[in-house]
Amino acid sequence: MSQKRISREQVLHVAELARIELSEAEQQQLETDLSNILGYIEKLNQLDTEAVEPTFQVGDPGTPWRDDVVTNHPEPEAMLLNAPAREGRLFKVPKIIE
Amino acid sequence: MTSDLHKLTIVEAQARLSRRELTARELTRACLDRIAAVDSRVNAFLTVSEDAALAQADAADARINAGGAPALCGIPLGIKDIFCTRGLRTTCASRILENFIPTFDATVIERLREAGTVFLGKTNMDEFAMGSSTENSAFGPTRNPFDLERVPGGSSGGSGAAVAADECIAALGTDTGGSIRLPAAFCGIVGIKPTYSRVSRYGVIAYASSLDQVGPFTKSVRDAAIMMQALAGIDPRDATSSARPVPDYLRALTGEVKNLRIGVPREYFVEGMQPEVERAIRGALASYRELGAETVEISLPHTEYAIAAYYLIATAEASANLARYDGMRYGLRVEADDHIGLYNRSRDAGFGAEVKRRIMLGTFALSAGYYDAYYLKAQKVRTLIRRDFERAFERCDLIATPTTPATAFRIGERTADPLQMYLSDIFTISVNLAGLPGLAMPCGYDDRGMPVGLQLIGPPFGEETILRAGEAFERAFTPRRPAL
Amino acid sequence: MASEAYEAVIGLEVHAHLQTAAKLFCGCTTKFGAPPNDNVCPVCMGMPGVLPVLNKRAVELAIRMGLAAHCEIAPFSLFDRKSYFYPDLPKGYQISQYELPICKGGYVELPGDGGAPRRIRLVRIHIEEDAGKNIHESNASLIDFNRSGVPLVEIVSEPDLRSAEEAVEYLHELRSILVYVGASDGKLEEGAFRCDCNVSIRPRGSSELGVKTEIKNLNSLRFVEKAINYEIKRQVGILESGGRIPQETHLFDPERDVTRPMRSKEFANDYRYFPEPDLPPLRVPPAMVDEIRAAMPELPAERRARYASELGLGGYEVGVLTREREVADYFEAMIPRLKNPKSAANWVMTEVLRIVNESGKPIEEAVPPAAESAALLKMVEETKISFNAAKTAFAAMVKSSKSAAATIEELGLVQVSDEPAIAAACDAVLAAEPDKVAEYRAGRDKLFGFFVGQVMKAMGGKANPKVINEVLRKKLAG
Repeated sequence: MSQKRISREQVLHVAELARIELSEAEQQQLETDLSNILGYIEKLNQLDTEAVEPTFQVGDPGTPWRDDVVTNHPEPEAMLLNAPAREGRLFKVPKIIE
Repeated sequence: MTSDLHKLTIVEAQARLSRRELTARELTRACLDRIAAVDSRVNAFLTVSEDAALAQADAADARINAGGAPALCGIPLGIKDIFCTRGLRTTCASRILENFIPTFDATVIERLREAGTVFLGKTNMDEFAMGSSTENSAFGPTRNPFDLERVPGGSSGGSGAAVAADECIAALGTDTGGSIRLPAAFCGIVGIKPTYSRVSRYGVIAYASSLDQVGPFTKSVRDAAIMMQALAGIDPRDATSSARPVPDYLRALTGEVKNLRIGVPREYFVEGMQPEVERAIRGALASYRELGAETVEISLPHTEYAIAAYYLIATAEASANLARYDGMRYGLRVEADDHIGLYNRSRDAGFGAEVKRRIMLGTFALSAGYYDAYYLKAQKVRTLIRRDFERAFERCDLIATPTTPATAFRIGERTADPLQMYLSDIFTISVNLAGLPGLAMPCGYDDRGMPVGLQLIGPPFGEETILRAGEAFERAFTPRRPAL
Repeated sequence: MASEAYEAVIGLEVHAHLQTAAKLFCGCTTKFGAPPNDNVCPVCMGMPGVLPVLNKRAVELAIRMGLAAHCEIAPFSLFDRKSYFYPDLPKGYQISQYELPICKGGYVELPGDGGAPRRIRLVRIHIEEDAGKNIHESNASLIDFNRSGVPLVEIVSEPDLRSAEEAVEYLHELRSILVYVGASDGKLEEGAFRCDCNVSIRPRGSSELGVKTEIKNLNSLRFVEKAINYEIKRQVGILESGGRIPQETHLFDPERDVTRPMRSKEFANDYRYFPEPDLPPLRVPPAMVDEIRAAMPELPAERRARYASELGLGGYEVGVLTREREVADYFEAMIPRLKNPKSAANWVMTEVLRIVNESGKPIEEAVPPAAESAALLKMVEETKISFNAAKTAFAAMVKSSKSAAATIEELGLVQVSDEPAIAAACDAVLAAEPDKVAEYRAGRDKLFGFFVGQVMKAMGGKANPKVINEVLRKKLAG
């Protein structure tokens, strides 16, 4: 097909950044798919955007900020409701080694 | 005798409820029965909450009997499974949230609940709203009620199909690149994506934060105006929501389109479009002219770049929005020896292929060395697309286009090539990039009887204009119902 | 001083909690010490569907700090998402500020010891949210999100510092400013003030920067000093043995007083910053900045100047009294009741600070309130008690929490200044020691002390020594 726009190495690096473990088949498929998509996306380079400001937001935001008031009440059981693993009131995860 | 109550529109149901010819319980019961009868074939619903719905209906009846009940009191709705509903499983059609139970309601859900609407259940969607056909659901695709071998469109396919099949009187969806308008077009019903910031996003599971908007699916444009009235308005919990006052949308439905200037962009009539689609759209434009409107040829020159820009911006934002699905505090967890392994395995097991694809693309677009060439570039192109519309609206009051280049395709037809699937959004996506309001409504059928959707695009906060134009067209056009 | 050949180059990144009632993006309380996961909500827990809304007061406090540090306050700044995966970071990204922070530039002046103040330049100050806390057990880690979402300012200095001592001095002054302007309570023990150090060395005379080591998450000034000194030595050792310094991130091990590289590569991540789409840009109108400037509490430097010029206190006293805002406030609360501010100054510097330092507690917990200290000194002023009695009473009050008046009464420390009573006692003593009186009158001046002591003993230690002196002198003079 068209030239490769992303290497296997890059796919693995991105998967590491995104914390998704990929099987060999998935890696291969992603290499192909992403390469095709990036190839399509290259058409943006046809446009000269040197002097154009980016648009990060549209619409009409009405709430720049809020007052410094405590409005929440403790509901620890609700917050822990969906915890995959817990110990008392704490979320339990594999030991973090620094 | 089977009751046809489930076939009612909101307007019809409201009238009968207020005249006590009908109870909310009867109406809800009719919808639940309809779901039981057809949903095994349509697969629009992931969760049906029968008992809770009937309880809501009873409460609605009490309010209606007491007098002064709000407009949507007692109306049964389908809710896309992207809205957090307190105490009711919310999956986003993903394995990673398969058993997730929110502890709060999305703002729009809270408001609808307070208004006495009935929630029949949660509808199917493409996983994390990423898709155009609802084939990316982890729980099986939804089928188009007009032809069960065809897709209902996506990502809000469940809500679209549910309304088309009369499983509910109306439904809620979200639209990030066309996810309300496309299913509305494919399923022959009405769908609106409001102006970005018109409706609160709080409690709506985020896909692409600067593009997502909440909107209704209805059987008529008038119904859509009623839903918009209930949904629109500022939310202090959503800093991006607009403080602009909400107009009276029903008042806008005057039926008057004389001298309305309708822009017709030449870039939206492309080679390779399905001929019946073009015919139906041109037919609609002719109808508008008969009603006294004026059609004006306009150009939106950067249309062809919209998909490329969208798939960088949306995926970049999504890659960050989906980082929280990590098996630590909720959701699917696959155990591992260390936390990195836990992340890797849980996310691998929990996310489907399309979601992984978009997370990878978005992560790449933001990564060191690529940010300027990809993400930043796309946001600049976004500015050019916005400017296209600004210039166009100097010469017209609204813009009319096909919603899609073709009618509903067959299930499985486009799943092999992601890029093919992405191109389904070609007419809807610019509207999200520019943050404009867009309405899709049926305007014809192809030779197989599949619906063709007309899209009306308004200027920012121009919902009144597109509702007015849509409702005027509707007065002269009777949509078909599926034979289901 | 690193060594003769090398110069240390140090830059510091400080994270300080802003003293708001509620968190940065949600309405949870920021109060410390609650049971785990009490002060959390869907927003600061990163549940699906939630959105942030900015706390206005956090912005105001950050601006206050920026003004106090002579920064430029940006009328337009943005929030950005900083992406990395860590179990205490609920959203998988931190909302921070990257390209356009709220404050730019600025400087902090170190008072210096008599010499000219040294200016440490800042790069920027920005607002961001804190993460939760990990508690490490033997075979798992446990996470508490109470701290997640608490507002922080990050204060980044230029690499202008040249020694561990200077770094500590800078941190002290920075913390002082934060506390003085009310932006932060700086409570190290609550994690309200943390520091990352960037340490490198270079040959003396060079202006190029060497490879730096980042030492993360130091939350005690003592550790900062030790870590920096250790790191400088380590780097000098590497270079002197012909090696190269690798760019690494380290942690400080307080049990062995060494720094060591972090095992995980978490922090070598690509943060993939992009503007936060859920928050509008932060617009700060000039009028708002002016209002904040007008309402600014007094800065440490201003207070120091005032003590010197208005109260006539010397450089050393000023330094000690103003080091902590709470101590300076204590001192100032005392002075209105007393004639001489210097006596209050002395009292605070000696009695009060001694007890505070010994106890390791903050001043409001360690010693009786300023009003009580002032009451004691007032009694000394009025010669109702002796200075020693005041010290005794104070020590007792620390334990008892009783008032000055009650304590003096209870311990019977009231001084007798009644002349006739003292005269009588003197007479009695002199009458009992006629030989010594004769010797004294003959020239043995030293015996005066003996007589004073005897009178004092006769009066149970409660006589006013000044009065004893006067009366005795008169009587002995004949």
